[in-house]
Amino acid sequence: MNENENHSSGIIKKSDLIFAQYKTMYTVLESSLQLSAEQIIETMLDSGLRGRGGAGFPTAKKWQAAASVPAVQRFVICNADEGEPGTFKDKAILRQVPRKVLTGMALCAKAIQATEGYIYLRAEYRNLADELQAHIDIFHEYCDRFKLDFRVKIFMGQGAYVCGEETALIESMEGKRGEPRNKPPFPTEVGYLGKPTVVNNVETFATAMIIFKVGASEYKKLGTPDSRGSKLFSVSGDTRKPGVHELELGMSLYDFVKEFGDGDTKAVQVGGAAGMCVPRREFKNTIIGFEGVPTGGSMILFNSKRSMYNVLHNYLDFFNQESCGQCTPCRVGCQQLLLGTEAVKKGEKDTVYLEQLIRLTETMRIGSKCGLGRSVGNAFNSIVENFKEEILY
Amino acid sequence: MPESSITENRFEKEIVSRAIDQFGCDRENLLPVLGFIRDEHRYLSIEIMREVASRFNMSSAEVYGVASFYHFLPTEPRGKNLISVCKTIVCDMHGRADVVAVIQDMLKINFDQTTADSNFSLQAVNCIGCCDEAPAMLINDKPYTKLDATRTREILKRYYP
Ligand SMILES: Cc1cc2nc3c(=O)[nH]c(=O)nc-3n(C[C@H](O)[C@H](O)[C@H](O)COP(=O)(O)O)c2cc1C
Ligand code: SF4
Ligand code: FES
Repeated sequence: MNENENHSSGIIKKSDLIFAQYKTMYTVLESSLQLSAEQIIETMLDSGLRGRGGAGFPTAKKWQAAASVPAVQRFVICNADEGEPGTFKDKAILRQVPRKVLTGMALCAKAIQATEGYIYLRAEYRNLADELQAHIDIFHEYCDRFKLDFRVKIFMGQGAYVCGEETALIESMEGKRGEPRNKPPFPTEVGYLGKPTVVNNVETFATAMIIFKVGASEYKKLGTPDSRGSKLFSVSGDTRKPGVHELELGMSLYDFVKEFGDGDTKAVQVGGAAGMCVPRREFKNTIIGFEGVPTGGSMILFNSKRSMYNVLHNYLDFFNQESCGQCTPCRVGCQQLLLGTEAVKKGEKDTVYLEQLIRLTETMRIGSKCGLGRSVGNAFNSIVENFKEEILY
Repeated sequence: MPESSITENRFEKEIVSRAIDQFGCDRENLLPVLGFIRDEHRYLSIEIMREVASRFNMSSAEVYGVASFYHFLPTEPRGKNLISVCKTIVCDMHGRADVVAVIQDMLKINFDQTTADSNFSLQAVNCIGCCDEAPAMLINDKPYTKLDATRTREILKRYYP
């Protein structure tokens, strides 16, 4: 390792909280269950944890909301649909530290008085199911021992990116097409089977457990005021170090690229196909976190050999296929963006047509029902605006 | 076709019954039931969807509507082994085309087709969460990563009848 690397790893703050292996079984769960529901939520509030699935909603507020709605039954759902291109960190968590996830779910169950939980596991991760089930069986024994009335089941997804959206996920669990619902009402009010439901990302639950292990005040020393803690990043593309890395939030993209780039990084797609493409000249003033460019953890690096037209085309093809088709702006918009981009490339439409397509993404942002249609413009606009020549010629 | 439909229906009834015995027939059990049948029968035939519909007290069009929404609930016959090659950007950047070329050359099929001996079907899928080891594919539920022409050829042979 040369000095440069040493230096940069001082700026890129690495952590090892999520994958730390503990020798004892469920001791954090046992001690945390001594706390009242209010105290659990209080600790979560204090930690400042924001959801790790991408949208960054304060986790404590979500738990609080579900707890406050009068109901005879409530549900805890772990979102393991992980379909965003370039994301694979939830898979790593479920494989390496499933007990952390189950503990996080149990703490949520205690906080909102739920007795049933589900892990919605994407079809593509089915090879994880047997081992995960074995962990769940042991977990249930500990729940009994600690007198926690809570059971977790795996629910297998059947392949649809949009089912990662929490209301589509719930529809899917209810045996329907995975079409997102209107919000409000939010799942915390009307969720699975109409009952108050907390849906959190795999990493969010794992992190909740860590907060109870190290304490909220220790945990929030990491990161920045807007983006507390550390987070997992799925790093792929043209990188020297592909894989899952735990980093403190609030770093600059420049420092990130220094650590992970191949020396020739032209752009980074932050947040997957639904995220933003950041060109090299913006690396220095781009902060990774909720105060800058937020991300569910997908970081795809492109070097100067890559055609950004191909990148854009690949994303548009993806959205076109994965749009549930329920609302017109998204269904037709995705088609038109794909066809329009191809037409511009072939010279069948002239340059100004791109402006029209950008306006279309604005319509989609306003007129679409869920985050899929609303976020297509992120990648489209950032690629078209920063790499116009590559789209045209 | 009354004769054959009676015998066939017996088979459909049996498989759907077994699925429902295991999961139940409330609406929220529909996906697990369809998944179970897919595992046993590889795909959801019209007769099976009709049977499921009657047991769930739904219209068969609605069962079809649900099944057709999901990439992994096929409503057309498919082979014993399903090859799902990732076509998303990172795999695309790292040689997905070579992998596909080898598969198509060995099996003589295109995407969404099944080999004559019904041993393989091929489909292109979106990101399967193996991007750090791209290019990647699934054969049935098993992921194979860091593929190149040689490795793909060798892996495929393991699934020959
Ligand atoms: C199209 C779409 C796909 C999504 N996919 C996922 C996913 O795979 N995993 C996930 O945790 N959240 C996903 N989300 C976000 C969820 O709707 C939800 O915000 C999240 O599960 C909440 O968990 P968190 O607060 O712990 O992040 C997706 C959202 C949209 C709009
Ligand atoms: S925005 Fe797209 S994916 Fe979302 S509900 Fe509308 S059509 Fe479906
Ligand atoms: S892009 Fe192929 S596995 Fe993610």
